[in-house]
Order: sequence, then structure tokens, then C-alpha cells
Amino acid sequence: MENRRTHILQAIPGTNKIPDRMFKWFTAAMAFSVGLLLFIVIWNLVRGSYPAIKEYGWRFLVTSSWDPVHEEFGALPFIYGTVVSSVLALIIAVPLSIGTSVFLTEFAPLRLRRPVISLVEMLAAVPSVIFGLWGIFVLIPFLRNYIYPWLESVLGFLPIFEGPIYGVGMLSAGIIVAIMILPIITSVSREILESVPDLQREAAYALGATRWEVIRIAVLSYAKRGLMGAAVLGLGRALGETMAVTMVIGNRPEIAASLFAPGYTLASVIANEFTEATTDIYLSVLFEIGLVLLGVTILTNIIARVFIYGMTSPSGSKST
Amino acid sequence: MKQTLKPILIGTALIAAIAMGCKPSDSSQGPDTGRESGTILINGAGATFPYPLYSKWFNEYIKVDPSVRFNYQSIGSGGGQNQIIAQTVGFGASDAPMSDESLAKARGNLLHIPTVAGAVVVSYNLEKDIKLKLNGSTVADIFLGKIKKWNDQRIAELNPDVELPDEDILVVHRSDGSGTSYIFTSYLSGVSSDWKQKVGAGKSVRWPTGLGGKGNEGVAGQIKQSPGAIGYVELIYAMHNDLAFADIKNAAGNFISPSAESVTAAMSGADIPDDFRFSIINTAGENAYPISGATWLLVYENQPDPRKGRHIVQFLKWALTDGQDIAPDLDYAPLSTNLRQRVLEKIDQIKY
Repeated sequence: MENRRTHILQAIPGTNKIPDRMFKWFTAAMAFSVGLLLFIVIWNLVRGSYPAIKEYGWRFLVTSSWDPVHEEFGALPFIYGTVVSSVLALIIAVPLSIGTSVFLTEFAPLRLRRPVISLVEMLAAVPSVIFGLWGIFVLIPFLRNYIYPWLESVLGFLPIFEGPIYGVGMLSAGIIVAIMILPIITSVSREILESVPDLQREAAYALGATRWEVIRIAVLSYAKRGLMGAAVLGLGRALGETMAVTMVIGNRPEIAASLFAPGYTLASVIANEFTEATTDIYLSVLFEIGLVLLGVTILTNIIARVFIYGMTSPSGSKST
Repeated sequence: MKQTLKPILIGTALIAAIAMGCKPSDSSQGPDTGRESGTILINGAGATFPYPLYSKWFNEYIKVDPSVRFNYQSIGSGGGQNQIIAQTVGFGASDAPMSDESLAKARGNLLHIPTVAGAVVVSYNLEKDIKLKLNGSTVADIFLGKIKKWNDQRIAELNPDVELPDEDILVVHRSDGSGTSYIFTSYLSGVSSDWKQKVGAGKSVRWPTGLGGKGNEGVAGQIKQSPGAIGYVELIYAMHNDLAFADIKNAAGNFISPSAESVTAAMSGADIPDDFRFSIINTAGENAYPISGATWLLVYENQPDPRKGRHIVQFLKWALTDGQDIAPDLDYAPLSTNLRQRVLEKIDQIKY
């Protein structure tokens, strides 16, 4: 491939190679600087958190006490809160997004497509803090007064829907984040569904499949891997979401079974406590929280990818 | 290998060369170096609590001395302390006095210059027009989760004229580290040994119960949304947002409503050491509001830059005189007269 390109360039008479080379170097330097940046970030995080790692060791990851006054620190409730709120967001956002994109690619008349697409994309342009404020003043009162009591009365026998309803809490955070990751999952899955060749659909129709069967067998199954990739993109965004989550999750470093109970995330505790952390060890602990967040993000991405690979490789569906 | 590395190396060198080429013109107008002839720029950073007042001061001060501009970043007290220790700013600002440990890290003698004070109020959401009276141990036990209902015996005893609802109390506290939390938890540690032992005082503590809201607006929002909620916010914030707040029993046994005057009264009753690292929590004095705290500017006694040093000193003198008259307009409490005098004498010791 590389060789062929060079040959083509050489074949064109009068091509000045020096600007081309400079451009190549220039882009190479840019690509290199991204890697360098990531390395600097990780190096700084490790260096900043070194005193905390030395002081607390592995205990930091498995204990639940967070007491800056007595300098006892454990990250477990934050790890739990980050993972649970993100998974909740995915559970809510993925069906909605895929449903939207199936509608847009398979059913919606052309004149409806554009407005719906721009509506969804407009969601992505709303700043995080606006979602947070809207959550506090609009969404949460609505959830607390109507949705949560109903959930409790219907599903209250489950431990995840037990206990007092404050409004703010893990479930509210999950819902807010779900709304925030909807646009990215929707637009990526729409593009994936659009890239499914019409031949697939026509073949299924030829076999006498109904519309639903065509979408299920020929479209969704074909695009499965790409759709899951879209969900992983959403997950990445959900894990790091900070401001809106901080405003609606309740900020209590506790692990509770109930989704109504308040929780806390890794990103939130950094946002909350970093500016006023005055002692060295406290600051270092917050650096380590950042390192843990990076680790959790990388780990969940790896798990998600392995999961996707395991689910899709034997069926022979290869898209994107 | 060689072929792939070469463009990268040369490209990096190219970028470095471009960056270096830009540098001289950049630094000549760098943010911290005012030119000899033009206006001088002094950078400061720190506490968020006095930020509205400080920006008003800096604006007003332009009329007094047009040759100096102040640039203040409200990055938080912790950041303010670190920046002044590292000497990246001309002055720092903090809502809590620096610890001996932090002071030891400073490059020279750092002075605490108190500027104004503020109150932290106990705010609640009950049926409208209920004015509560509370004392320290009751507030502590509410925030410890020991008093769970609004019609608890102990609240009722303090408020015989009020019909209290049979509602659960929902505690709301700050989730972000803040000077407000520091003042509030210091007060609770002072009035309740139980609190001191279990929780202690700090900008962030392990709250035994309740929900965390981010910032004054987060706490206020949560209180407004939840019937039966109780929390603490800055007086300025409660005033501007029409929140109900309680009168608190002070050391002299009087129930005092928080206001700029009652905070200044708290300062007059305080025993203030010469380094001005003082607390005005629960001070003696008939009309002193007990949950109050001051805020400080942090400056080096030996100013590294003579020209900036002179301007900083002139500004501090103005802030401690004319500046004090502006404070009440924004609901900050000015320093008491005798404290002002002592601080001005301290400012005279700054060398530049």
C-alpha cells in the first residue's frame, strides 16, 4: 500500500517532494505528541499519588472509610459508585439509542430524519453543569414525587428499590448520565446501521422475512459488533462524567444496595475536594483517586471489548 | 526503523524551534511582568468566599490608583496557600489560617492579613414563617443524626411558641471542601465533645448522616427542594436567596440572628494573637453570632519585588480603611475598629 502510493507520486511529473515530506513529519510529530501527552499525564498521576500509595498500599482500594480529618482514606465507595452509575446509564441509554437509530435508518421518512438527528445532536451541545442544574430543579423533583414512589410500590420488594427516597442518589445520577451519553451512542449506531449494505436486507426479504425479522437478522445481527462499540464509547464518557453527576448523586461515600440511596463517584470526589485539599497526603490521595479512575476506565474498556469479541466472533458477523 | 524515526525526530525539532521562536515576544508581555512605564499587574489567588468582595475592591481601587491592576483567581483556599508558598502570585487568600507546618514551607515570613468576616447560617425548610431558635448541642446532635424528628423534645424546648411538624429531618451538607464547612465543623467541635471525637473540624469531614450538595447553591437547592431539610450556607447566600435561618444561642446565652453587625460583634469579643491567626467561633460578647469566621490575605513580610511590594502595601492599607466601608453593602462583616488599627500597624512592617 505504502509502496504503491509512493509510486503514484513518483509517476506524477513535477511533484515537489519536500513539502510532502514536511507534511509527513508534521503529522508524525502530532501523532507522537498525543502519545507523549498521555505518558505525561500518567507519569504525573503516579508521581503525585506516590506518597499515598506508599502510605496506604492496596488497602486504599478495598476500604470504605473517607475521613480527611483523621486522614483515613479508602476508595471503594467511589469505585462502586462510578461503575454502578455508569452501568445504570448504559442500561437506560443503549436501548433508547439503538431504538432511535433503527427508527431513523429503517422507518423514518426522509423529511423527519434531519430534524430528529439534529435534536439528538443538540443534546450533546448542552453543557454538563446545565444538565446538573436541570437535574436538581426539574428532573429530581419529578422523579421523587412521581416515578420513585411508583417504582417503590411496584418493585419495592427488591432490595435495589428500598429505603427512603431523597430524590438525589445513584439512580438519578444514572438517568442524568444516560441522557448525556444518548447523543454519542445514537449517532455512532446510526452510522453503523446506515453502513449495513442493502444487499443484506434484500436477501432477507427474498427469503420471505417480515420487516421485524429483516431488522433483527439482517441489520442488527450484522451490525452487532459496531453497536456494542458505540455502547463502549458511551461507557467511556459515562465513567468520567463529573459535574452533572456531582450535582445529583448525593455525594455520600457509602455502598448501599438501594439505587435510591446517595452515592459518590471517583470523578466527583476529585472535583469536590481538590481545590481545598491543604495537606500533602490528602492531595496525594486525590491524585491516587485520579489514577484509580484511569485504571477503572481502562479496565472496563478492556472487559467490554473482550465481552464484545466473545459474543460476536463465532457468528461470523463482521462489520465496521 | 530508522526511516520511521527520522521524520518524527525532525518534526519534533521543528515544533520546538517554532515554539522557541515565539518565546521572546511572549515573555515580554507575560502576565506577571508589568512594564516599568505602564500599569503594573499583581496576581493573587485563593479563597472563593471573599471573591465577590475582592473583585469589587479591585474595581474600586482602580479609581484610587489607576497604575495598578489586580488579577484574582478564586481557586480555593488550599490553592491560594500553595501558590503563595511557591511565590507564583503576589498574594494568596485563605478562609482558614495556615498551619505551622504549611508556614514552615514558605520562603520567608508569611503574614496573615484579615480582611473581612462572614457568618455561616443554619438554614431549613419548614412551613413558611417558622423562625427557629437553636443551640450548639442541638445543632450538633441534628448533624450527628441523633435528633431525627423536627418535633423532638430538645428542639421543642428551645422553641416553645412554635408548633413543630412531625417530620423527618434531612441533613444537607457541603460535598466540596470549603471554608464554610471548616467554620461550621469548628463550631460543632467546640460545642459538642461527641462531634469533636467522632467527626472533628475540617474543610471536608466524614459526615455521619445526610446528603452532600456541591457549593452553596447545591446545598440551598437541596434544602429548597426537600421539606424537612436542614443545612448550612453562608449568610450572604441565604440573604440573597430568601432562605429561612435560625437564631443561634451564643456563649453569653443570648439567641443571636446572623448579620454583618453580629459578626463584627463576635470579632470584638475575640482574643486575637499578634500573628492574626485567630478564630471568632463562639466568642464572648453579648451580641456575638457564634458561627462566624474571618478570611485572610497572605503576603510575604519581605516583598521580593519592590515596586509590586509598594503597591500591595498601599492596597492593603486602602482595604483596611476605605475598603471596609464597602463590605457591608455585600453583607460581609467589616473588622472591628481596634482590630483594624492593629492590622494596619502590621502592614507597616512589610518591607519592600
